[in-house]
Amino acid sequence: MTAPAVPAPTPANTGEMSRIPTGWKTRRNAELGLLIFAMLIVAVFGATVEANQFDEIRMTSWIPAALVGILFLGLHIVVRYTAPFADPVLLPAVALINGIGVGFLRRLDLARAIAQKQPEPGIFAGTGGRQLAWTLASLILAAVLLLVIRDHKIVSRYAYTLGLVGIVLVMIPAVLPSSISEVNGAKLWIRFGSFSIQPGEFAKIALVSFFAYYLVRKREVLSLASRRFLGVDFPRGRDLGPVVTVWLLSLLVLVFEKDLGTALLYFGLFVVTLYVATERASWLIIGLVLFFGGVYVAYLLGASVGGPFANFYDRAEVWLDPFELENYERVGGSYQLVQGLLGLGTGGLFGSGPGAGSPGLVPEVRTDFIFAGLGEEIGLFGLSAILVLYLLIVERGMRAGLAVRDSFGKLVAGGLAFTLGLQVFVILGGITGLIPLTGQTTPFLSAGGSSLMANWLLIAMLLRISDAARQPATGAGPERAGPKKAPTQLHGAMTEVIKP
Amino acid sequence: MNAPLRRAGVVVLVLFGLIFANLNWVQVYRADDYRTHEFNRRVMVAEYETPRGVIEAGGKALAQNKETGDELKYLRVYPEGKMYAPVLGYKPVGLGATGIEASENDFLSGASDKLFADRLSNMFTGDNAGGGNVVLSVNPKAQEAAWKQMNNNQRNVSRGAAVAIDPSTGAIQAMVSMPSFDPNPLVDHDMEAAQKAYKALDADEDDPLINRAVGATLPPGSVFKVIVAASALQNGYKTSTEIEAGSVYREGGATIRNSEDEVCPGSQVTLKEALTESCNTGFSRLGVALGADKVKESAKAFGFEDEALKVGDLDSGTGLTVAASRTGAIANPDGTTDTAALAQSSLGQRDVRMTPLQGAMIAATVANGGRQMRPYLVQKLLGPDRRTIYTAEPDELREPISSGVADDLRDMMVSVVENGTGKRAKIDGFTVGGKTGTAQNAEGANPHGWFIGFAFDDSGKAVSAICVMLENVPGGHASAEAARIAGLIMKAAAGRGGD
Repeated sequence: MTAPAVPAPTPANTGEMSRIPTGWKTRRNAELGLLIFAMLIVAVFGATVEANQFDEIRMTSWIPAALVGILFLGLHIVVRYTAPFADPVLLPAVALINGIGVGFLRRLDLARAIAQKQPEPGIFAGTGGRQLAWTLASLILAAVLLLVIRDHKIVSRYAYTLGLVGIVLVMIPAVLPSSISEVNGAKLWIRFGSFSIQPGEFAKIALVSFFAYYLVRKREVLSLASRRFLGVDFPRGRDLGPVVTVWLLSLLVLVFEKDLGTALLYFGLFVVTLYVATERASWLIIGLVLFFGGVYVAYLLGASVGGPFANFYDRAEVWLDPFELENYERVGGSYQLVQGLLGLGTGGLFGSGPGAGSPGLVPEVRTDFIFAGLGEEIGLFGLSAILVLYLLIVERGMRAGLAVRDSFGKLVAGGLAFTLGLQVFVILGGITGLIPLTGQTTPFLSAGGSSLMANWLLIAMLLRISDAARQPATGAGPERAGPKKAPTQLHGAMTEVIKP
Repeated sequence: MNAPLRRAGVVVLVLFGLIFANLNWVQVYRADDYRTHEFNRRVMVAEYETPRGVIEAGGKALAQNKETGDELKYLRVYPEGKMYAPVLGYKPVGLGATGIEASENDFLSGASDKLFADRLSNMFTGDNAGGGNVVLSVNPKAQEAAWKQMNNNQRNVSRGAAVAIDPSTGAIQAMVSMPSFDPNPLVDHDMEAAQKAYKALDADEDDPLINRAVGATLPPGSVFKVIVAASALQNGYKTSTEIEAGSVYREGGATIRNSEDEVCPGSQVTLKEALTESCNTGFSRLGVALGADKVKESAKAFGFEDEALKVGDLDSGTGLTVAASRTGAIANPDGTTDTAALAQSSLGQRDVRMTPLQGAMIAATVANGGRQMRPYLVQKLLGPDRRTIYTAEPDELREPISSGVADDLRDMMVSVVENGTGKRAKIDGFTVGGKTGTAQNAEGANPHGWFIGFAFDDSGKAVSAICVMLENVPGGHASAEAARIAGLIMKAAAGRGGD
């Protein structure tokens, strides 16, 4: 977020706690309790890894868990002071997934060090150590967002800037030469030397903010002016403009960045915010038809023309029959997918136990396939627990959207939460063979700074909106202080005011 | 806006439900498939985590392991290379094994129920000693003699097989198939190199990967006369019974002649003389006189048409698959006996096909008083700590002939070696019996040379029964070379040195 510091008229000398009127439950202590519980699970995970890798649990096994614990505790304190009414489940749920991710990456480092007969990597060395550092950076970013943006509605002032930034971020890898932007067949990166960022991860948040602002302003015209056809209200042709633009944009992503998942993500996010804003099911129908039509055409073009469509066609072929020998042995074929599935299958119901499996056999196990690697060791039971955590985060985000009073906040919270859920679906569906595999990161689990930072910013935004949502209506929030006035801007208005 | 937002929440719930359902499919329903899938390297790595059991014979390791220090910790090594390869087979990386490596795989890998106690104690002690060891019944001296004699045969024959059996137990003393292959490149941890080596062998026209001793079915020629003679003896004939012979015999469309003019030119010859000289006309007439049913019945009693025989482990019944030997239909399309076919079949021609092992089993049955022992290769199973878990208990497979008939046949077969066509099989200090066979096969091709036989020591104990088969032997008297090799193998099996 590049939002400039907002002049926050905070009563400086009395402190933040004074905003909380007596009798209102902030649930901050519940958050703290859940957070400690989550860190205990992370510590037990780390200890089990050591027991399986070294046949002993050393006195130092708790250190990584304690370190991430301290980091999350820091954010918890920031939340306590800047967003006292924020949803108490979000932070611990994300912290648990993030902590398991760090622990699992460190477990991979340990296994590699043992296999190569190298000394054990230090706490901040290896992929696990780097992920720990990225977690620190992400939490600082999240804290800064919470500190700077005291009211989510402020974001709407920069909506057009954010929209432009978002589109630029999406387009950069597409226009860069493949040598800089391509990793494993997908052009989603900007690489300088050993360092690389995935700008698309940040684009999500910028685009959601822009869509939300745009749709709050246009929802009247998009939802009311319509023609009825087959019992469904369809919008007028000229109102289709923005939808078609975003559709084309996402198809360009599909073709030039060679990534179905990202395209699905952007388009899905737009269609859902559009649907939520207008309450018109016709948008969903148009969106789904456009997207799947586009995907099918891309598949057919890939089969006949090849060229930029070939990559997508290959992915689809591999998805249809991963175990076929030709697909399996082909370069860029189903090898990863198959190894991931075999890892998951080997794990079975209960898994081999943290540290006892062979996740090293799965390619890309640190990034795209981390869920498969984890699945071998924690089994269906463990993965289901993680799946429920993701669901909890998404639904809590949605709930913040339901409860917040302004349209912009509703759309941003709903859009961000849905995007997160969609991303989890796209990657997990991909590695479990439900849908064609695309290179998405698994939020909070995969190694990688871009994804972690962007998703923590997303969580900070949800925390901010949920704080506004759960704040008492009579609350002493700075914006609401003083006599009630009509909202100065339309997007700041309550939904109920707008809806006739 | 709340209603569509709720619906979006439900959509996410449904999407996650799909993921959960699919995870159940992958991790529960398909779990067993995936766990043991050929693409799953875990299976492979686990397989090489502990040393595979050693296969040995007479104190000599035939298949052992070398530590590699790699991810696949042990490399399978076959110190004797080609000599034992058709018996042992090989255990390649990531693929199914062949031979004894395959049939004893559970025991060698340590997965067998017989090693349950070892696995249990491993669970408590934490170390894993690996799989159990397999001791073969093969006598290394006999095997070496067979290998050397077959490969250095005096007719430059490149394909053939030899099997020696202990007649009283059924234990295989030697089993050689020629040409053979070096199993070591096939078990290379570099799977591509291994695959290349396999493809080269697979493309070889001499089929080195086939164990001819149990897998090749060829016309046995005059060896089959032992079966016809047994059938005659069971049907009232005596060794001294005069049977019709002559220099030519025409039956149906078939013309039967003897191999040389001086063989049984007279109209009558005793059964014993007919076998000794390998009288074709006599045995064709005898077969026709007995009828197809009786000949087929006798062949079946000796093990022809047996499709289920495995030679390996008497306890589990696993082992090398033995191809079924066949007499063929010997019938016209309308079901009546084709007498021309019968006349030819009685000489082991036409559609009669036999494996070398079946030949050795016929000789062993005669030497063992009519009782045919089930052939086996696995003498002992030892635990990882080398304690004996199982010792082979010889098992009677069938009793095709009475001991009286067996004695008569023995007499006749000894006469073959003493006075007849099998003289080259004689060994000093032993009473040797047998039967030669020279089998026509394809038009213009050299005949196959066969010899089946047995040897008794001074005390009257049957020490070995044998079958030697050489494919397409050039230079006439195809069976003579087979008889010579057979004698030397039996001598080695009896403990009287190689050559």
